[in-house]
Amino acid sequence: MSKITPSKIKRSKGTILFDTLNTLFMLIICFLCLYPIWYVLVNSFNDAKDAMIGGIYWWPRVFSLENYKTVFEDSSVLRAFKITVGKTILGTSLNVFFTAMVAYPLSKQNLAGRKFYMAMGTITMFFSGGLIPTFLLFKNLNLLNNFLVYIIPAAFNFFNLLIFINFFREIPASLEESAKIDGANDWRIFIKVILPLSKPVLATIALFAGVGQWNDYFGGLMYMTNRVDLEPIQTYLYRMVAQVQSSQVAGSISASNITAGDTTSTSIKLAAMVITTLPICCVYPFLQKYFVKGMMVGAVKE
Amino acid sequence: MRRKDATYNFFHSQFCGMEWGVTMERKERPEKQYALKKWWNQKYLQFMVIPGIIWMLLFNYVPMGGIIIAFKKFKITRPIADAPWVGLQYFKEFFQDSNFADIMINTLGISMLKLFIGFPLPIIFALLINEIRGTRFKKISQTISYLPHFLSWVVLGGILTTWLAKDGVINDFFVAVGLLKEPVSFLGQPKYFWGLALITDTWKELGWSAIIYLAAISGVDQQIYEAATVDGANKLQKILFITLPSITGTIALMLILQISGLLNSNFDQILILKNQINVSRSQVIDTYVYQVGMTMGKYSYATAVGLFKAVIALMLLLIANKSSKKLLGRSLY
Repeated sequence: MSKITPSKIKRSKGTILFDTLNTLFMLIICFLCLYPIWYVLVNSFNDAKDAMIGGIYWWPRVFSLENYKTVFEDSSVLRAFKITVGKTILGTSLNVFFTAMVAYPLSKQNLAGRKFYMAMGTITMFFSGGLIPTFLLFKNLNLLNNFLVYIIPAAFNFFNLLIFINFFREIPASLEESAKIDGANDWRIFIKVILPLSKPVLATIALFAGVGQWNDYFGGLMYMTNRVDLEPIQTYLYRMVAQVQSSQVAGSISASNITAGDTTSTSIKLAAMVITTLPICCVYPFLQKYFVKGMMVGAVKE
Repeated sequence: MRRKDATYNFFHSQFCGMEWGVTMERKERPEKQYALKKWWNQKYLQFMVIPGIIWMLLFNYVPMGGIIIAFKKFKITRPIADAPWVGLQYFKEFFQDSNFADIMINTLGISMLKLFIGFPLPIIFALLINEIRGTRFKKISQTISYLPHFLSWVVLGGILTTWLAKDGVINDFFVAVGLLKEPVSFLGQPKYFWGLALITDTWKELGWSAIIYLAAISGVDQQIYEAATVDGANKLQKILFITLPSITGTIALMLILQISGLLNSNFDQILILKNQINVSRSQVIDTYVYQVGMTMGKYSYATAVGLFKAVIALMLLLIANKSSKKLLGRSLY
């Protein structure tokens, strides 16, 4: 008997209706997810003064690169952008490597003190000192107004560690054993055997940590008390948005829109938003198969 | 005394071990010495763990110790040790604060909305996306649904403040469709805030939160579905009686986490959407701690409020975990 594929089975009327509605529903979701980005994109490419009239929904009315020119000529935006790129690259690589290094020994059942270490980490997931004690600690460590505040306190993450552990456990022990017979110590095994085999999980954690670093605005807001020049682009944008928020009384966009040369503060903001958002939008689809797996491993433990 | 025991055990194992064989030897070996030897054999592994432990001690446990300033009258200019004890004064002050009721109602209200409406939606979304027939379309719509998760709240806040203003896109649309007669300043009125918090959060995380459920669904044995088809089950029955029961464990796990986070508002989101006018419905515990602590410099008071939140959150977690263990036989630990 030949195998019957699902498409050969005649679909009932109800099924067809369901499939159509379901497809329609998905299309609406896709539209809702994409449109805000599209809106920002077309408005950022529109002439700023023309954009003040509003009504630009699908395509730029008066095409202009002036907004981007202004952004790229603004030294404070460029500096903030450099800080963001710097802290994302440094913070992410340190977080991934350091967390993986701590996770590897903990993935071994026979590690002396393993239960104690794990208990110590688990507590941190459910209880923390909170905002102010952390702030005071950073102050005492001289991390305030210091670029390192983006890097060192973000070097380790216990939740990511659990994802690593679950991944490392799947690696066949025979690989490590054969390396051990060849005389390699645990550190060398970790560097030469384990890390090269862990690309999927490394990509996942790098994406999580990278997006966290890239999108974080609170660090700059909280810990840069008098060094505006060390603020990342997200904090810079936050100030712009907060300014709009404080003029909410009037309830209109134009109320907070300051004309600056050939462009306006709103249009500059839009262009800056596109620049900060595009890199992530371009990267994440290619890492999808990794992070989906990573989320799975993280959530479905034991 | 303990040392004597250890010595005794050591000799005992040395002599008796030979008699009784390997198992005996392992059991009777002195604990201390055995542990040290084991530790030394794993020295490379241990040296890899220890930096992580030091990091946690410094960045997680030192701030936990710093909580004592909630019980002291702490001034930033002087060390914590010099600050006089005040007992529970700051907790009392918080409970008697004129904003206390508003803050609690807002925190719980927004969280409850997210729990009762926001929590089931990703599950429904996962079930629906699983039913899409074309693999290509399924994959593309999945990828697109993750997109908002990767946007920062600042960028979203920038879009939302523009869109929700009186001359923004949302008002243009509602007025054109006829749902609104007059344009409304959505962020300029407290009564809209909870709904906005729910909608924007759901929009951002719908696709992302569905990943875990989709992963659980993909683990269900396909033969069960085939058997059900042979028995004449329709699509809805298959979803209700096969798919849903198969992912109960995952749902329970996510529910425990959600309940334990009832007092945790989405700080990044609320801080950016909050403004002077909607503050009566947008001030939550987290933003309040930030405001009184950082902008007013009342460190001890803010720490007390934060501690109050953390303790209740911990209790909620333990309760949720215990009930899940009892009802579903599943728990976090």
